[in-house]
Order: sequence, then structure tokens, then C-alpha cells
Amino acid sequence: MTTEEIYIAQSTDIACSTLGDDTIIMSTLDSTVFMLNAVGTAIWKAADGEIPLSRIVQEQVCSQFEVAEDLALADAKEFVGELAQHGILSITSTPHSPSEVL
Amino acid sequence: MPASYGKEDRNMIIEIGGLPIEVQTSDPGFARLLEARYGDFVSSRVESAFSLRVQLTPPKTSDPDADAEVWLEGSDWKMQRGDFRARWNSATHEGEVFQSANPYAIDSVLRIVHTLMLAPQGGFLLHASSAVRNGKAFLFSGVSEAGKTTMARLAPPDVALLTDEASYVRKLDGQYFAYGTPFAGELGHPGKNISAPVAALYLLKKATKNRIDPVDPAEAVRRLLRNILFFAHQPEMVRHVFASACAFVQAIPVYELSFFPDQRVWDLIG
Repeated sequence: MTTEEIYIAQSTDIACSTLGDDTIIMSTLDSTVFMLNAVGTAIWKAADGEIPLSRIVQEQVCSQFEVAEDLALADAKEFVGELAQHGILSITSTPHSPSEVL
Repeated sequence: MPASYGKEDRNMIIEIGGLPIEVQTSDPGFARLLEARYGDFVSSRVESAFSLRVQLTPPKTSDPDADAEVWLEGSDWKMQRGDFRARWNSATHEGEVFQSANPYAIDSVLRIVHTLMLAPQGGFLLHASSAVRNGKAFLFSGVSEAGKTTMARLAPPDVALLTDEASYVRKLDGQYFAYGTPFAGELGHPGKNISAPVAALYLLKKATKNRIDPVDPAEAVRRLLRNILFFAHQPEMVRHVFASACAFVQAIPVYELSFFPDQRVWDLIG
């Protein structure tokens, strides 16, 4: 597993709402709908483009859900990669500047 | 009800969901066809803030099951399918339709125009049958073959059917109402032109036993979005539809209705 940090930011081309523990997201570009469970929602909410994914996993996932950190990080990378493929969020190797996030 | 005719045009107001649209045509035969098709939905109003002018053109292709394309061009919504092309201006509330003299084309244009008008107000058209019982409206939604028409056919005499195909939902003063529509499915006849507050949405699933289960809100939104009639995939419109679905689910109970197709299923409704 690579140790390089990655940063994730929510796309602006979406509509989303958290209902109960889950989050539902709709792409405004192709109307695709995604549903995130509680773990996905925790990662999604922290996706501000400035906090590295490893820290999000540590603070939002491992602290709330019983899961080993390396396993959680691997799963999180796969999860954010999938969302990025659909344009729901963006992944960069450096923090996003505030203007990029906006 | 009689249509209100002008001197040259055969104009009539078709009122669905409380939104009256004046349909203007100069062809008496087409006017008669509209009157026959929309029956109780032809309003006795003399004027309307919304109008559609229909120009009859020779048919090109006429596959009413083909998908309509809808896109925004300047301030006009443009829409087309093999058997029609049309434009609708949401600001001026008027539009034009070029179509052959078939009822399916104008039916589709009306559905699209209504979805465009409803979306910013939190309403929508839904692939669902709907009915009123004891003063309350119930929606039965699902994909093709899920049982929408079956629920309508099994309805007991005290139930008034709103539609077996496309349910009309409006949000008025924070409350959701379902309206009857002339948009018929396999049942082949229009719904009653009445409305009632929505009491529940049932997501249909054919089964061997009748059973009702609550659906989690996010899952309910996901399944509702799958069944909302949604033609204009333009970012602002997508946001409206998404917001409408979320707000609806937070206000109205959503259940999965597993049902065996006989009349006993209606014992659970109302």
C-alpha cells in the first residue's frame, strides 16, 4: 500500500442529502444516484479537500467504527476512487486551495 | 364539458393538477380528438396563463415509446421525439408544438411541460397508480410490471382512481396533494379529476403474501428518484427533482408493499 497522502473534495456537480445514517448523492451531470452508508457518510462529510484521507479515516472512521486502520484506509481509497470515477468527488495529491474547492 | 372556441382557432383549456394550459389548434378534427381524450380534464375556464399552440405537420416516425429529448436553449425548453418537436418558455408560460395529428405526441408534451412547471415548486409526476380512499390519497409506485395497474384493477368500489400510470403530486402550503390525471396506462381510461392530501407512498413488490414494511429514508429517496418522470437532465432541474424527492420522503411515510394480486391487498390500505 502506498504511503502517499491523497486529498478528497466533494464535487460541486452534485445534489446531496443525509437522511438518518445514510447519504444520498445525485450527479447533476448524468443524474446517477449513489447511496452511502454510515462509514461512507463519515468520509464524505469530511471531504473538504484539505484534510488528508489517512487523517479522515483515523478521525472519522477508526474512532467511530471498529476497524483496523490499514484495512479502513485501503477500503476508503477504493471507495473514494469509485466516487471519483463518477465525478462525485475529486482526488488530488496536494490539498485543494479554497478556490478549487469552491 | 364544452371547450371554449375562438373565431378561427379551436382552443381548449386542459387542466391537470390544477394547472390550466390552453391548447390552441386550428384543426377541428384535432380539437375533437383532444376533447375526447381529455374528457373531464377539459376545463370550462375561459382563460389561462399557460398556452401551447399546436401546429399539425405530416408524420415522420411515430414511436410513442421512444424517449423524448429535452434540453434548455436560452430561455426555451426544447423537446423532441420522432412524432413531435416543441418548445416551452418557463418565463412566459407559452410554447409551440409541431406534431402529427396523434394523441400520444400532445400527451407527451403535456407531461413534459407539467414536470417542468412542477419541479421548482416541489412537485413531480411519478410512475405510480394512485387512488383516493376516505379522503386520503395513496400512491403505488414501481417500475414496469411492478403492479401499478394491478392495484388499480383490484380497487374496491369505495376507492376513486386518480391514475393507473402517472401520478401527479403537488406541494401546496407545505402539504402534498395527489391529483387525478388523464394519463392512462394499461387500464386505458383516465383517472378521476379530483385531488386529496397524500397519506402514503407504497413501493410495489409482487409476493405470495401481503405485507407492509417501512423503508429507510435514503433508500426511499433512491427508489422514488427511480420512478419520478424526469425528462430534463439539466443541472438546475436535477437539483429541483432531488430536493423534491428528499422533502417528500421527509413528509410522507414510504412503505414497501409486498402483495399477492387479489383484492385482499386493499384491506391494508386506507
